[in-house]
Order: sequence, then C-alpha cells, then structure tokens
Amino acid sequence: MQSFTIHTGIVAPLDRANVDTDLIIPKQFLKSVKRTGFGPNLFDQLRYLDEGQPGMEHGSRPINPDFVLNKEQYRTASVLLARENFGCGSSREHAPWALLDYGFRVLLAPSFADIFYNNCFKNGILPIVLAEDIIDSLFLATQHGKAYQVTVDLAQQQILLPTGAHLTFDLDMFRKECLLQGLDDIALTLEKAALITAYEEQRREACPWLFADLL
Amino acid sequence: MAGKTLYDKLWQSHTVEDREDGTTLLYIDRHLLHEVTSPQAFEGLKLAGRKLWRPGANLATPDHNVPTLATERKSGIAGIIDPFSRLQVEILNLNCQEQKIVEFGMMDKRQGIVHVVGPEQGLTQPGMTIVCGDSHTSTHGALGALAQGIGTSEVEHVLSTQCLIQKKMKNMLVQIDGALAPGVTAKDLILYVIGRIGTAGGTGHTIEFGGSAIRSLSIAGRMTVCNMAIEAGARAGLVAVDEKTIDYLRGRPFSPTGAMWQQAEKYWLSLKSDSDAVFDKVVTIDAAAIEPQVSWGTSPEMVVGITGRVPTMQSVNSDTARESLALALKYMGLREGQPVSEIMLDRVFIGSCTNSRIEDLRAAAAVVQGKKVAGSIKQALVVPGSGLVKEQAEQEGLDKIFVDAGFEWREPGCSMCLAMNSDKLGEGEHCASTSNRNFEGRQGFGGRTHLVSPVMAAAAAIAGHFVDIRQWS
Ligand code: SF4
Repeated sequence: MQSFTIHTGIVAPLDRANVDTDLIIPKQFLKSVKRTGFGPNLFDQLRYLDEGQPGMEHGSRPINPDFVLNKEQYRTASVLLARENFGCGSSREHAPWALLDYGFRVLLAPSFADIFYNNCFKNGILPIVLAEDIIDSLFLATQHGKAYQVTVDLAQQQILLPTGAHLTFDLDMFRKECLLQGLDDIALTLEKAALITAYEEQRREACPWLFADLL
Repeated sequence: MAGKTLYDKLWQSHTVEDREDGTTLLYIDRHLLHEVTSPQAFEGLKLAGRKLWRPGANLATPDHNVPTLATERKSGIAGIIDPFSRLQVEILNLNCQEQKIVEFGMMDKRQGIVHVVGPEQGLTQPGMTIVCGDSHTSTHGALGALAQGIGTSEVEHVLSTQCLIQKKMKNMLVQIDGALAPGVTAKDLILYVIGRIGTAGGTGHTIEFGGSAIRSLSIAGRMTVCNMAIEAGARAGLVAVDEKTIDYLRGRPFSPTGAMWQQAEKYWLSLKSDSDAVFDKVVTIDAAAIEPQVSWGTSPEMVVGITGRVPTMQSVNSDTARESLALALKYMGLREGQPVSEIMLDRVFIGSCTNSRIEDLRAAAAVVQGKKVAGSIKQALVVPGSGLVKEQAEQEGLDKIFVDAGFEWREPGCSMCLAMNSDKLGEGEHCASTSNRNFEGRQGFGGRTHLVSPVMAAAAAIAGHFVDIRQWS
C-alpha cells in the first residue's frame, strides 16, 4: 500500500448526503478482476449522461456539465468534500479503488459508513471526519469559483486552509501508523502466528465443532 | 459490574490479542466467498507468496453474476453469455480448486446467494464469527453469530491469517415489543426501524434486535431483519439464541452431530445478553404500530406505511434533507405528497438475500394463487435464494402457482437485486422489489426501486400498483 504523509490538493465539493458505493462505482464495473482501472468510471452515473459499460471508450461519452468533477476548477481535485454517511451500502473495495485511481487521496465528511471507512485505510486514502458546522463552512468556502487548496498533514493530524488557519482531526493510532508507513497489515498479523495457533488450540478444546473442516 | 451483551461475549471469545493501540486481533471461524469481491484477494495472496491459513474454514459459491435463465445455465460456466461475468465465475472456480476451498459451483443444487446458503447448510452457527466480502453478511447474525461484511483487502487478510484487526463497536439495542398485525412482516419491521433511526442510525454499533416481536419471528424472519442491519448503518446485527435457533440447526448438513451436538447446544443456549447488560444506545419500538412499508425514495430510510404519502418539502427541516428530498423526487419521478398506493409499477422482483427463502416464497405464492399479474406489469420475477429453496418450492407446487399467475420462475442467484446479470430494470421503470437497496441505478440504469415485503410485492404484481395487504382478499 502507498503511504500517506502530507498531501496538498484542490477540494471538490460533492453536496449530497448518503452517497452510496453504487453511486461511487456502479456494479457493472465490478466485473473486473483487477484493482486498478476504475477511475474513468468513478461516479459514472453522475459524470456521464449515458449508461456506462465495461470496456467503453469513455473519452467519447456525453459528459454531465453540472457534475462537480466536470467543472473546470475541480478537474484536478484530489480532496473530496462530502456530506454525512458517505460510502454507505455495499462492502465493495472497488469504491476506494475508483477514488484512488481517479486521484483522490483525502475525503472530508461529517460521517462515513463503517466498512467503506475501513476500506479506505487499506488503500492509502485518508477519510477525515469533521464536525457538521466545519463541513458546512468548507462547502461555502469551496463554492466561490476559485480553486480551494488545502494541505493535509497526517502526522500532525492537521489540515492547513488557504486562510492560514488549521483544522485538527482525530483518528485511531493503528490506522494512522499503517497509513504513515504504508504497512502491510497481513505481514503484521503473521508475526503473531504463534498467538493465533495458541488461540486455536484453546478454542478447539472448548468448542471442537468449530474446527470441523468443510473439506 | 454490569453484565455483558451478546456482542461483548462473542467479541471476547474470539479475541486473540488486545493491542495497546485499541485494536483487537479477532479470530474468524467461518469465511464465505463469492466471485465479485474475491479475485483481487486471491491474486494478492499469490503475489505475496502466502498460503491459506485454514482452507477448511472457507466456503465459496458464485451468486452475483450467475444467469438465472435455465437456458443460459444449462451448459455451465461456459454458457454464461456476458464474458466479464463468465470470467469472474470461472476465476472463483479456479481459485477454489487451487486453494482447496469447498465451492458450491453453479451447477450444484446447493448453490445460491451466499447468505441463504450459509444458514441453510448449517455452515452458520451460533457463537461463530463469520465474514464475507459482502455487506449483507449481517444476515447470519440472526442465528447468534457475529457476522460482518468486509472489503477485499480484509478477505485477503482472513484467507492468510484467519483473523481480522478490528476495533470494537459500540452496543446498540433495538427492542421491539408487541405483536405485528396480520400481513405485517419482518421486512416491514426492519424498514420501519430504518425509517425511524435513519441509514446512519447504527453506524459504529452492533445492533442486537430483541423484544417479544423478534422472539415471535421465525428464523427466516430474523434473517430478514439482520440482513438489513447494514442499511441501518450497522456492520452487524444480532439476535439471541433460543429454542427456535436450535430447532433450525438440528440436522442441517454441516451442523454438529452426536455428543458434539449436545455440547454445542448447551453452549449456544448461553448466547444472549445478560439481563443487566448495558447498551450504549437503546431504541424501543411498538410492533403493533407498524404498517406494511413501502420505500418511495433512493435511500432505505425514505420509507412510509402503505397508507402514507411521499413527504413534502415543507415537512423536512434542514437544507441537506430538502436537497436529498428534491434529488430523490426527481430521480423517482414522484410528486411531493403523492399517496404511495398510487405509484404504478412496471416490474416486480421477488428474491435477494433479504427475502428469497422458502417462507418468503410460500407467503408470496399464497397471495397470487389463482390470480393473474396485472396487464400493465412488464415482468414479474421470482428468483429463489438457492437451488435447494427452488427444489423445495417445486415440491410444494409453488412454481406452478407463480407461473400460472404470470410470474417467471428462475434459477437461484442475486439477479435483479443488483442487476449484474441480465435481469434489470429499464430507465424510469418502477419496481416493487423484496431486496434491500433502493439506491439510484441499483436495479438497472435509471431504474426506480421500491422496497417491500414478499406479500406486498405479490399483491402489487396482481394490482399493478401498491395495495394494503391487510385489505387483500
Ligand atoms: S442478493 Fe443482493 S444484497 Fe444479497 S448478496 Fe446478492 S447482491 Fe448483495
């Protein structure tokens, strides 16, 4: 996984609550067996006016000019500003894969759905929870035509705004460490192999039926 | 010290290690796999040169992409027309062979929607931790198991280590007492709960469903409720074990037998929250107040009783809520204040991991028996949850009832719940669906989903619009 330390980028405001993972990446694109290549179909239903299909030449598709990512000042955005319950719905990791592939590294919202939130950290995306009134003020600030650029510092847990002001944010220690160092958490868990085996032995004693192999 | 909740107990009994950073290494007893969220995990495993920790703890079945037309099914994987779908089903099959994972393949009559198959086979047992790369894994919590949906990176983590690194959720209790009125089902109950608490109401929590109304539900009904815990924002839903749970599990193919069964039964019956357990959040609901529900919008919380109306702009009080309402009305092609019973339907879908078990099909068949699907309905589909559900239904003659009424009787799979195969809505079409998500485009590009119970969907198919099942004859 790519690590995340400091990121500077333009903020795109997506003013809509309960953005679900079907909206982030529609199901027809889940037929891919790879982790990359989802970017062109991020928010497919909102971005284009026609129905997208895998393998389509997206360059020739009709664009929805009203959609935020299609507007000139947000074209290169890498920070997404969103409303509550962002990422609700399916557990598809294709949603963070699509956001990352498009170029998003930071998400700002008052709340995220649990599975999606978790999936972001596994892919080098930093989802940041901010209070509702702060999110409201960011929506106001980003709607003033000019590109609005912020710098997110994970180690300091701070967001530097164009005004020079700082916002701070919370997150778990474990997630922070993994992201900062781009750690492979499977390798970390495998270091605990002896503990896992010991757990299995003791559990097998108490509840032997749990270890009946399906083979 | 306060007692423990069922969630606390399940968590504790699976803790391999508590870490200083507040996370826990949690042991996973059962891992279910399907074709859409697993290929990248198997690929990652191979690239890293890792082995499966415990192949025998895994079970796979293809469900999301499989065709449901018997004609397209009969020549197996090679017969799947869509090349992308075919590749995924094929890759699942290859990965299972390579890694020695038991798979109920497309031609196996035990194949079906993974969340129907697990309980049906006795692979889902009380006291287990169960995961699957699918958010509706919450379904299995109906049997007193801690069951959660995970992403593909975590699928790889479980394949390689049989563990997950997690932070414990908070405890939430949804207590539903009283009796549901005739015609009001588990589906109405959970839709009503989501309407009340909202789609983020359970975020960060594990929801235990309790109270006399939950105890009165069949195991199938409890699965319907837990299935949609995720639509209430909770990663896991739970129901305490009781005699119904035990009866359900007795004699299932993968249930323990003999002395092991005795031992398991004793343990399972201890799986409930202590009477003095404290929950971080409690919601109480009167079952008698619940009407048959119909979702009108593009989020499962946008739901009303059948005698209700689509909300008006005036009735909502924040800018974000007004914005959401306006977007939903536009997408759904509805007017504010419109009675939901006036919504005209184009298609009807009875199926999905929410409502495709034999009990659901029996209830729907009883409604349509001897009647005909309205001429204005373009298509009415019944898609059983598994090959065994299908077989059972056919033995009972349910298929005939449906077909005589004008329904199509299909092969098992997810089908029009998410429309990854060819079963989908056309643009602008309204569908009465027994599934769990009414998101934009979920059942097809521009399609408009209304979530209802199987009996409400069945009655709507006959009438051509929503009707109050309590007045049905
Ligand atoms: S039936 Fe629908 S909700 Fe259930 S697993 Fe399949 S696609 Fe997901």
